[in-house]
Amino acid sequence: MPSTIIEKIVARHTRQPVRPGSVVWLELDLVTARDFGGANVVKHLQTYFPDRPVADASKTLFTFDCQVPANTIGYADNQQTCRAFARRWGIRVYDVDAGIGSHVIIDEGHCVAGSTVVGTDSHLNLVGAIGALGLGMGDRDVAFAFRTRKVWFKVPETLRVEFTGSLEFPATAKDLALLFLSKLGPAGALGRVVEFSGAPVRSLDLDGRITLSSLVTEAGGVAGIVEPDESLLVELPAAASGRDATVFLPDEGAKYSETIRLDVSGLRPKVSLPGNPANVVDVAEVEGTKIDSVLIGSCTNGRYGDFAAAAKVLAGRKVKPGVMLKVAPSTRSIYGRLLRDGILASLYESGAIIVNQGCAGCAAGQVGMTGRKEVQISTGNRNFYGKQGLGETYLASPVVAAYSAIFGEIRSPE
Amino acid sequence: MNDWGSLVRGQPEDKAVVSGNLCVIRDKAGSLIDNIDTDQIYHNAHLAVTRVDQMGQFAFGNLPGWEHFPKIAKEFQVLIVGRNFGAGSSRQQAVDCLKALGIRAIVAESFAPIYFRNAINSGLAALSFGKRQKDARDLVEAVQDGAVARIELESGRVLIEGAEPVVIEAEPLAPLLVSIVKAGGLFDYARASNW
Repeated sequence: MPSTIIEKIVARHTRQPVRPGSVVWLELDLVTARDFGGANVVKHLQTYFPDRPVADASKTLFTFDCQVPANTIGYADNQQTCRAFARRWGIRVYDVDAGIGSHVIIDEGHCVAGSTVVGTDSHLNLVGAIGALGLGMGDRDVAFAFRTRKVWFKVPETLRVEFTGSLEFPATAKDLALLFLSKLGPAGALGRVVEFSGAPVRSLDLDGRITLSSLVTEAGGVAGIVEPDESLLVELPAAASGRDATVFLPDEGAKYSETIRLDVSGLRPKVSLPGNPANVVDVAEVEGTKIDSVLIGSCTNGRYGDFAAAAKVLAGRKVKPGVMLKVAPSTRSIYGRLLRDGILASLYESGAIIVNQGCAGCAAGQVGMTGRKEVQISTGNRNFYGKQGLGETYLASPVVAAYSAIFGEIRSPE
Repeated sequence: MNDWGSLVRGQPEDKAVVSGNLCVIRDKAGSLIDNIDTDQIYHNAHLAVTRVDQMGQFAFGNLPGWEHFPKIAKEFQVLIVGRNFGAGSSRQQAVDCLKALGIRAIVAESFAPIYFRNAINSGLAALSFGKRQKDARDLVEAVQDGAVARIELESGRVLIEGAEPVVIEAEPLAPLLVSIVKAGGLFDYARASNW
């Protein structure tokens, strides 16, 4: 039977018949937990499966990325709980220096095209950027996966999104993703997997594909998988494009619950208004809105290309006095490249605060929270009320965020 | 290791039914609230809490108009909620805080996918009616809080008692998921089936 990408990945990882709506046991190539949720995973395992909590330590990882290093006693304690458990059972820890787990597992080759991974991160599905199936789950699911290397999985329907046209500056991958989100709405992909295709997506590098895949959760989707192609495999580290990788492409005649076509020709930079990521308008509609703080980072826009783009916008210019610009690379290796290439120095000269590699604004205060009536523009993926403090958060691309920092108001370069 | 076939086919011996007094999570105008996210159900300020019995006090603490829910929760065992319930993060606490308050079932127009998993894995009956019955939203919005709901997991039928009883056709739970809920959650299921 002709199959979509997700149906092929699932079929490779179960012995049961795969059709949308059926519940199967999904075999996992990798199981991860982070400092958020990780301590609960350990607690569950010690309570329910103390004799043999880990099926295969070599396919299991801890990745700390929420508070790095911990700035509350609760997080410090949770991280230490995970470390002690990891030592006892021989599990590798990507500790507080490593960066965002979902990025680390791609860059270090732990997650490859066609593989399956679960973890306690609702954006773990961004590995769809390389044609892998990542599933963010709660601590019970992940504890069960530590023990069995399996999870139950309801095979989702597939929604195909075909992009046409070509992206032109100042529009970026983030604006393409926000276009998708605005068309779908917060529940438009609910319970479904999205398959992304078309020339504008093929022209995105790994950084841009991560941005796109990372925003599917905000449309209610299970995952967003970019149709893999040769160009991407060339870009990936040797380990990640090695022999374990399998490129699955959709069959002619595969069944989709829906196919949507989106044209990005003439796309203008966009922002999500405070409250919901899917509430998207053109920057032009809110141009001039005063801002107090700017955050560039997160699993959505924390890659090398994101900071290079921001530094280019800010080159030789200063952040407006009184405005706070926080910059948080997603991983240590990206931090290092930015450091060696002078990009962090350039951002520093413009007035940026360089923050530790990690989840930045989304996770309870790693880079600080917003105060009452504070207006923030962030390159992250969520702006629910109260999530990042008492203020209001707009979401935008690194280009728009950096340009806005210069003027202290929301603006886009022409 | 368990035999996979029997796990998946395994039909529960008796009917799986959850019943209790319901509470409809609606706004001041009486409409179901949609897209309630996990930060509204259980705010990230309390994520370091690992004991389930300490989670209940924070339930709906960031959902405008519902901050008082932990104080009235003991009157209810069933929640009726809107579209895309539990959007956002993967935190299990957003389910467990409700379980700590004695909630045993959540009937939604639809669930965010991770939240649905977490609910089943904690042994909560989670059923959605959005795909099955388009007019169910109007029906549940008219229901009085405190009415008794009887939820049949295998058929997906939700019976709401009252002067004019209401029947909602929700999606049935797959047999494996019924087994997990009946066992009391994923771990009890796993132990009972020798995983």
